[in-house]
Amino acid sequence: MYTSLTNRRSFIKKMAIMSAMTAAASMFPGILFADEQEKNLPKGGNLDWKKAPCRFCGVGCGVLVGIDKGKAVAVKGDPKSPVNKGLCCVKGYHSVMALYGKDRLTKPLVKKNGRYVETSMEEALDLVASKMQETIKDHGKDAVSIYGSGQWTIPDGYAASKLFKGCIGTNNVEANARLCMASAVTGFLTSFGIDEPMGCYEDIDHADVFVLWGNNMAEMHPVLFSRLLDQRLKRGVKIIDFATRTTRTSMAADKSILFLPQTDLAVANAICYEIIKNGWVNKSFVEKHCNFNKGLTNMGYGLEDKYSFTDKPEKIDFEAYKTFLEDYTPEKVEKISGVSAKDIKYMAAYYGDPNKKVMSLWCMGMNQHSRGTWINNLVYNIHLLTGKISTPGNSPFSLTGQPSACGTVREVGTLTHKLPHGVVMNKEHREFAAKIWDVPAENISPKPTYHTVEMFRALDRGDIRFMWIQVTNPMVTMPKLKRYRDAAKKEDRFIVVSDIYPTPTTDIADVILPSAMWVEREGLFGNSERRTQYFEQMVEPPGEAMSDTWQLVEVAKRMGFEKQFYYKEESHIEEIYTEYRKHHDNKKHNMAPLEVLKSQPGAMWPYVDGKSTKWRFNAKYDPACTNGEAFHFYGKPDGKAVIWQRPYEPAAEEPDADYPYWLNTGRVVEHWHTGSMTRRIPVLHKAVPHAYVELNPGDAKRLQIRTGDKVKLTTRRGEIVLPASVNERGVPAPMQVFVPFFDENMLINDITLDSFCPISKEPDYKKCAVNIEKV
Amino acid sequence: MPIKSYLAHPHDGKKAELVKAISKLNNCDVIPAENKDLLIVVTDTDNKSEDENLKEQIEAIESLKLLAMVSGFDTPKK
Repeated sequence: MYTSLTNRRSFIKKMAIMSAMTAAASMFPGILFADEQEKNLPKGGNLDWKKAPCRFCGVGCGVLVGIDKGKAVAVKGDPKSPVNKGLCCVKGYHSVMALYGKDRLTKPLVKKNGRYVETSMEEALDLVASKMQETIKDHGKDAVSIYGSGQWTIPDGYAASKLFKGCIGTNNVEANARLCMASAVTGFLTSFGIDEPMGCYEDIDHADVFVLWGNNMAEMHPVLFSRLLDQRLKRGVKIIDFATRTTRTSMAADKSILFLPQTDLAVANAICYEIIKNGWVNKSFVEKHCNFNKGLTNMGYGLEDKYSFTDKPEKIDFEAYKTFLEDYTPEKVEKISGVSAKDIKYMAAYYGDPNKKVMSLWCMGMNQHSRGTWINNLVYNIHLLTGKISTPGNSPFSLTGQPSACGTVREVGTLTHKLPHGVVMNKEHREFAAKIWDVPAENISPKPTYHTVEMFRALDRGDIRFMWIQVTNPMVTMPKLKRYRDAAKKEDRFIVVSDIYPTPTTDIADVILPSAMWVEREGLFGNSERRTQYFEQMVEPPGEAMSDTWQLVEVAKRMGFEKQFYYKEESHIEEIYTEYRKHHDNKKHNMAPLEVLKSQPGAMWPYVDGKSTKWRFNAKYDPACTNGEAFHFYGKPDGKAVIWQRPYEPAAEEPDADYPYWLNTGRVVEHWHTGSMTRRIPVLHKAVPHAYVELNPGDAKRLQIRTGDKVKLTTRRGEIVLPASVNERGVPAPMQVFVPFFDENMLINDITLDSFCPISKEPDYKKCAVNIEKV
Repeated sequence: MPIKSYLAHPHDGKKAELVKAISKLNNCDVIPAENKDLLIVVTDTDNKSEDENLKEQIEAIESLKLLAMVSGFDTPKK
């Protein structure tokens, strides 16, 4: 992981260059410095450039991978990709280096007497299959589970869902996307009855105003943010950063507005209050296309095992909704949120101006929220009240963090309640899936089992005895981590981990399967704008590494499901994708054929009559609209979207006398999630070698803490010591601290709280109470 | 023994001129971006006064629009 540097001065000089390159990359994503980018290219080589979606975030940039003598040696942005138009961020440019870390897992490892012993892939897969069968025999089918991620390719997730839900007959299928965008899903489902954004990235080229809701786009989605900045240069658009912490995004925005954690709920309602009060409601749109609902309140926070909640929607009328909003005047909300009434009115005025097209963008700030579904609903309310939706430039847009959180987890449906088309609770949906899967319909259980947090709690309790973890690192990412780490280590639990590098999650494994990564195998990802993208196998995986898809197929065959897993090794991706498309064979979700995806930088579903659909629910663009009106929210039986009455409620754990600060966690531009790949890319690792705690400068001064000083963070779950960062990259508001979670040596999730949104079951990583002390 | 890195923004159409001017200075490396009007400048001097002097020389270059420091390190020289 480390490059040996004997000359400290030379090292520091390189650090200075790296810092500058990183800063430049965040200001100008896609910026190229020839010396750095090309120094590893073979001299005089004749590279073969092949297209792929980027391996990292959910933006889904098109990249061209340069292959030389069987090795991926370079990456450049694909100029033909409408996503990134030839740009890349600092992670994308260095992505191929993640293939070649020195400690790649190349052989299966089996734990014997406390030590890992190399074995063959055949034997390891035999063991996985037999252990799963033994667990089912002894403890029932709901004692086995699989936990994947939004980095699963579409075929990976499809094979997992088919094996576990269709063949074994358990709904113990979850993915880490539960931790990052489940609230976006439940937001879409409750407001529109169907998942995923109605608009697309092209909205950026049409919008006049961008409101970023708790979304540090400059670091998390730098290529898209560069498109916003580009539009500001060309058309003078406005960017409003509405956040709890001052970040690079705030610094680049036209206006930065800070709110107190959790109070975005109140501010969103205040914006709606202003829209109604000032007569900015698009009455004809609301009358034709919207209903008003309210749901249950005081839902709790899921802190206890086996917590369950089911909302009870109740129709209300516009007058009742208007009366509800009287508690959210800007003046009242100013006192809750710390946002001035003037700033609330400023935002509302943009949303209300009929001559301004507005795009709202969000990601983890709104999704990792103990009322995540509600805040998603509330931002849709703003767009629905003003009719600013489903037209170019008027777009509430939920961004994702992983390359196939949408494509695999949401569309294939690798969550406990989901099927590729529909949900397990619906008999017709079960029968439809069973027919395509060639299994009896009664094989598919009608009852969802465990969402992610509860799945790990079930592992702790012993309700789950076998867990197969693929392409994710829960022993870094789970909140209140210690409980789940201890659970996985219990004697009679059997854990299989498929990954490419050793991680804290492989540390708890009984069997480690080496996986083929990204362009070492063939696959497909689906990005945030409903774009499905194909990539071919470009290089050989190292050693015995095997794709996660084929690992699943091999285990399925060993368990006796040869009929369902009939795929041939040389053509299994095409066979699986072709089978998967049958689940979505309708105008609302049709997927493009594989040959189309091979020939172009992806296609957006619904793909109908040879065309991608850019704006759903708008009859001008979406062939699935059939109500004869300009808009048709066909996800709901009556074709109408829902404006939800959702109140402000406090977070699960707020600062008090013992733990007086808010703890917020998140990411940095250089590192991909838990850093298992990016920390093996020297330039990225050197740029940000370890985690830190950002403090507000006033708090730091009062506590006599300076950058680099060791600071102890204590919550009710435990304590951790981190170096301080004051007035560096991000600046938290007073009495708040921020810690990035990428560093496996400084596990901030040991002290976070496992509260979650009762509807989406997505944990709130952004808010718990903490005390800080200088060590 | 300060080592500092900067982002240097040239005036419109003056990138090449700025690269040339900075390249002439001692204790100073320049890495131009390929596809944007931006340069990385790294200074490596023996003491604070040399550092300040060098910065003044850079700031005096006519083709320079803006010089923004990114990182600064001070290290004992061996």
